[in-house]
Amino acid sequence: MAALPSATQHQVVAASPATKAEARGLSFYYGDFQALKGISMPVHERQVTALIGPSGCGKSTFLRCFNRMHDLYPGNRYEGQIVLQPDNTDLLARSIDPIDVRMRIGMVFQKPNPFPKTVFENVAYGLRVRGERSRRVIEEKAEQALQDAALWDEVKDRLHQPAYNLSGGQQQRLCIARALATDPELLLFDEPTSALDPIATASIEELMHDLKKRVTILIVTHNMQQAARVSDFTAYMYLGELVEFGVTDELFIKPQKKQTEDYLTGRFG
Amino acid sequence: MAYLAPRRARVIRERLIELVLFLAASVSVFTTVAIVYILVKESVVFFQQVPLADFLTDRQWTPLFDDAHFGILVLLSGTLTSSAVALAVAIPLGTIIAIYLSEFAPFHLREAVKPVLEMLGGVPTIVYGYFALLFLTPLLQGLIPGLPGFNLLSAGLVMGIMIIPYVSSISEDAMRAVPMSLREGSYAMGATRFQTATRVVVPAAFSGIASAYILGISRAVGETMILAVAGGMQPNLTFNPLEPAATITAYIVQVALGDLPHGSIGYQTIFAAGLTLMLFTLACNLAGHFLRKRFREAY
Amino acid sequence: MRRKHQDVVFALVGIVALMVAVLTFLTLFVNMAVDGLPRLDWQFFTNFPSRRAAQAGILSAWVGSTLVMVVTAFFAVPLGVASGVYLEEYARKNWVTDLIEINITNLAGVPSIVYGLLALGLFVYQFGLGQSILSAGLTLALLILPVVIVATREAIRSIPQAIREGSYALGATRWQTVRYHILPYSSAGILTGIIIGMARAIGETAPIITIGALTFIAFLPPAPLKAEPPFLSFDWVMSPFTVMPIQMFNWTSRPEAAFQDNAAAAGFVLVIMTLAMNAFAIWLRYRLRRNIKW
Repeated sequence: MAALPSATQHQVVAASPATKAEARGLSFYYGDFQALKGISMPVHERQVTALIGPSGCGKSTFLRCFNRMHDLYPGNRYEGQIVLQPDNTDLLARSIDPIDVRMRIGMVFQKPNPFPKTVFENVAYGLRVRGERSRRVIEEKAEQALQDAALWDEVKDRLHQPAYNLSGGQQQRLCIARALATDPELLLFDEPTSALDPIATASIEELMHDLKKRVTILIVTHNMQQAARVSDFTAYMYLGELVEFGVTDELFIKPQKKQTEDYLTGRFG
Repeated sequence: MAYLAPRRARVIRERLIELVLFLAASVSVFTTVAIVYILVKESVVFFQQVPLADFLTDRQWTPLFDDAHFGILVLLSGTLTSSAVALAVAIPLGTIIAIYLSEFAPFHLREAVKPVLEMLGGVPTIVYGYFALLFLTPLLQGLIPGLPGFNLLSAGLVMGIMIIPYVSSISEDAMRAVPMSLREGSYAMGATRFQTATRVVVPAAFSGIASAYILGISRAVGETMILAVAGGMQPNLTFNPLEPAATITAYIVQVALGDLPHGSIGYQTIFAAGLTLMLFTLACNLAGHFLRKRFREAY
Repeated sequence: MRRKHQDVVFALVGIVALMVAVLTFLTLFVNMAVDGLPRLDWQFFTNFPSRRAAQAGILSAWVGSTLVMVVTAFFAVPLGVASGVYLEEYARKNWVTDLIEINITNLAGVPSIVYGLLALGLFVYQFGLGQSILSAGLTLALLILPVVIVATREAIRSIPQAIREGSYALGATRWQTVRYHILPYSSAGILTGIIIGMARAIGETAPIITIGALTFIAFLPPAPLKAEPPFLSFDWVMSPFTVMPIQMFNWTSRPEAAFQDNAAAAGFVLVIMTLAMNAFAIWLRYRLRRNIKW
């Protein structure tokens, strides 16, 4: 982590939240190409951490390491660690089954991808996959998840209709509910609003503000203003490296590195 | 989290399922191995009694006579002649149809015609055989006096029609895969549709079209029922389509219809004949496969 | 001047070529209908073949075809779908996978009579299954396996990766993803492939002749349902039999005009069946493409 000036250091120490996950020297290779270079960064518990940076800087790649999405495709390699608390497990270790990781860490994708099933079945899927058979439990958790995703009122009469009938913003909130239904410890958002209109975007951003009270959030966004609006901590990445990490308000107002400043002021995109 | 399935059970179950699926997929490999095994096993016995040189050069095929002759050339001549007739129909017509549908035909015509062509390829070959023997042959006999009731011309023509959909659909796919930008370049220089089709699209799609031709050849050589019904099953060393003759495939049918004891030389001849057929179609398939691969790499 | 004519002339040539193909098909169909329809009556479907043409029927043939199709589907569907699923969702890119794929492509081009030789040597004699419905069903299953596999793979490939990622991200295993997503969403495409494969199998003659299916069968295989426990019988599986194309072949080979009319009638039924199945499959494919909203 970059050294912070003493005033900020006190601030951070005073408000220091627990760390939910921490990347330690994380590097990632697509075949021979090194996409991530030795990233070390904390993700604080019940806070929203944003990853920003120009296209191709590796922010999505970094995000997908957390739930071992890269394992689905051949030729990928991790180096370093991502340590998950409170049990201090390195989730990148070979001995860890990616499925176990994905049961604790959820993901919402850039383009809403509800399954071609009913609204209810979408939310229930994560529970079924974990072996939950009790209809009552599934219905309760599904309703709770839809409430938490601020979607319940809109769909409570349409639970058994196809999810594809919902609008774009509703579909994305459905995907959030789907991820929430399984009580994840960490929720990964991969540019969740870039395919949505401004009104839907605003509703999701508002949702995140409520969600962070119960779940840690790590969000990738190419929209700096969004990062400034929703996040508590921000990491700026460039060409696979972590350039700067800090409290959002401070990073945006007084970035430590010139590179960060150049990006924030739009000298390059 | 009390309802989480125990992890070990899950891993074992997943591995087991993968194994079962893998075994299903390897059935194809086993089938090929089995085909090769059966053909070679019976042929080996055959070739212990009939020298390969005789097999390849003898001009008579009379396996069931006391003075038996085993010249595969006789059957090959029937196969080659009928296939030549068929391809003389299928390749020109199939290519023309493919060019027309790909480069000329309006969208609705193409959509209407394609299912019809597919259905043409779906007619059982015994029905084509009936058509050749009982409809086309009498018709041809009116045009060609002295044409025997069984002849390779009638069978070959009908076989050609049957093969048209194979040739045309693969050629058409190959032509449609050629990027629009190449055509636009040609049109921009004032070329007609015909010139663009023949000078730009067809050469660009050439390996795909060649693989379509090879598929047609393979299909013609392997066809059985049309020839068994309309070509007659009398082995006859000839390259004249106006005569009756047996192909490799028709011969196998003839033997199967009869009553040959398992293990007799007559029984083994069909495997030797089948092996010859298999080697030829294998060569065609491999050639077609490589051509298709080369074609895909180009785009 | 000449150049502009090129296009018109060639368009004409193209249409003529199309007409040759289409008209041949129509002529064939009409010919079958004209000669065969008069013979089609209830007796034709319920009579056994007979030396007297007027009394001959296709009962043993269509029952045999149906039973053989049941066995064919029983083997071809699970094997074909499982292979397709394996190749699309499980197989890694290595030489084993290449070997399997090359074999499938190759088998698609093997002449049907070679499958008959395989069946004769392997199923009839080596495995001792005899000249039975089981041998025929197994052979045809292997014959249409590439059709089912290719259809399964294409149907699976059209499922967007985002759906798979959505499933895995929720902690699903590979099999759970296949079972709850891949198979349900591709089932219609797979069904289309199965129908096309079965349409092909119904019309196949050469492999069945090679197995030694008798061409004159005046009896039915034993019934699958019995009056006493265990109520289900599999004796029919090992029974001798005949199928529609072979019955047609038998009648076509007889010189008497009356038998030729029978052959036309049998052929007409065959053509209608295969055309109906193919048309249904094509329509299904068309409906699918409209419903899917990936």
